[in-house]
Amino acid sequence: MEAGLPHAARGRAARLGALVESREVLGWALVTPALALLLVFLAYPFLLGLWLSLTDSRIADPGRFVGLENFRYLVGDAVFRLAVFNTLLYAGVAVALKFVLGFALALLVNRQFWGKRFVRAAMLLPWIVPTSLSALVFYWIYDSQFSVLTWALRALGLVSRPINYLGDPDLARASLIAANVWRGVPFFAIGLLAGLQTVPRELYEAAQMDGAGRWAQFRFVTWPLVLPVSVVVTVFSTIMTVGDFQLIWIVTKGGPANATHLFGTLAYQRAIQGGFLGEGAAVAVFVLPVLVACVALAYRTLRRED
Amino acid sequence: MRGVARLVGFHLPLGAFLLFLLFPFYWMLVTALKPNRDLYNLSLNPLWTWSPTLDHLHRLLWDTHFLLWTRNTLGISLGATALSLATGLLAAYAIGRLRFRGSGLLGIAIFLTYLVPPVILFVPLSRIVSALGLWDRPAALVLTYPTFLVPFCVWLLLGYFRTIPQELEDCARVDGASRFQVMRYVTFPLALPGILSCLIFAFTLSWNEYLYALVFLSSTDQKTVPVGLATELVTGDVFQWGPLMAGALLGSVPVALVYSLFVEHYVAALTGALKE
Repeated sequence: MEAGLPHAARGRAARLGALVESREVLGWALVTPALALLLVFLAYPFLLGLWLSLTDSRIADPGRFVGLENFRYLVGDAVFRLAVFNTLLYAGVAVALKFVLGFALALLVNRQFWGKRFVRAAMLLPWIVPTSLSALVFYWIYDSQFSVLTWALRALGLVSRPINYLGDPDLARASLIAANVWRGVPFFAIGLLAGLQTVPRELYEAAQMDGAGRWAQFRFVTWPLVLPVSVVVTVFSTIMTVGDFQLIWIVTKGGPANATHLFGTLAYQRAIQGGFLGEGAAVAVFVLPVLVACVALAYRTLRRED
Repeated sequence: MRGVARLVGFHLPLGAFLLFLLFPFYWMLVTALKPNRDLYNLSLNPLWTWSPTLDHLHRLLWDTHFLLWTRNTLGISLGATALSLATGLLAAYAIGRLRFRGSGLLGIAIFLTYLVPPVILFVPLSRIVSALGLWDRPAALVLTYPTFLVPFCVWLLLGYFRTIPQELEDCARVDGASRFQVMRYVTFPLALPGILSCLIFAFTLSWNEYLYALVFLSSTDQKTVPVGLATELVTGDVFQWGPLMAGALLGSVPVALVYSLFVEHYVAALTGALKE
């Protein structure tokens, strides 16, 4: 069959074949499509975001370079300062709660019991369903008039008047943290459960023989062995919680009186709704230090483990 | 005595967890089925209804754009998943198997991109999307979702490829198979569980995405389910809680279905990605 091909074509085919057989050429050829996507829609916007944060650009106006003007303005802006406080509070409290509750759930599910498969599948549901849709359910649960939560508290005789969950700054923050915890607990639980399952049973038996109680077993066997996966899960969750947007935007839009604005919602409000791309980009850039700190911390912790 | 200890130390806390985690779904369902005269009547027990109705569902399906949004979301999710899986699979194979110069560094770089949250990117991306003429078009999402799907797929598949013995590929090579044949007939079939996990994860992540869909699509008939429900049905102070909860329920069904069919793969993907 090949004999029928013109000489030049055969030569080209052979050269092509040789190229494909080379690791270098084939390797780069195969990564090119993925790399192109990531360069155009991730690396470039990342750098463009840094650049925009140094300009006064608007939606339809490229703007001029203004140096650190946006950052100088933001540092003096009361709403932005509130957003920094909100973000730290929201992420700090929510991640801590998710970790503690997720660990407790993982320890419970790590036992053998009837219905374990069902429980393990069901407990992941909050993590699976679209957050925007579960956020709508929480919006309804926190309704100022028809809240089922208020109904339950009333039935228990704990409150006598309706509660305005989303109208009071502190209550609104607590309500959003609760909804975020609801969604994130399964992620921690399943991650930590995977970590727990790698702990060899013999280690517990050995610890028991040495007279270790339940606490000592947890402290000296379980904890050190699940530490790496704990760090990974916590870092992921911290980045996602600091960068949260949809739950807040759907339930409170950053209100009441900016009490629940995070970096993401404030950036959206300033850049997309207000049209101040430069300023919005500068708000979003503040997520970066958190990201870097998390990665560095994780790297150091995991490094020490090895 | 042991029974009591097990009840207090195990069944009660587990029951409390399940109540906490599953109650919102029950509340979604009850609200979706409850007639309006019960829904806004404070003297009734809200946890039950004796006169379930499909009115809300009917209104959702015929008086809103819900079906159109579902079609949009499905198209976008399938497109983004296909694009991410195809490019991610090739890249993961190259990085994990061919070990060309720079492949190790490339693997680390792709892992780092996985950690970049969309909130950092959406402002500059909005400018790129409009410069490319993709504003308010589904293609904007099909092309931007891979920014978080490709890193995930590559990372997960790298782990899978590592479990496939190199000798299998070497044998096929000795028998005269080209590199493409090795990929097509040896490596990819063995990595099928990993590929399936990627598929499921990428599909559910695309289906659930909110921020990019909110920013890049603006007309009512282009929206996705997560954005459409939250923007078009929450209208001022007149809440349409019935249709809204019916929509939340129906919008969750596709991912819940995919999830329930492939629980093991899903869990494997999640935990596999964590353990790397």
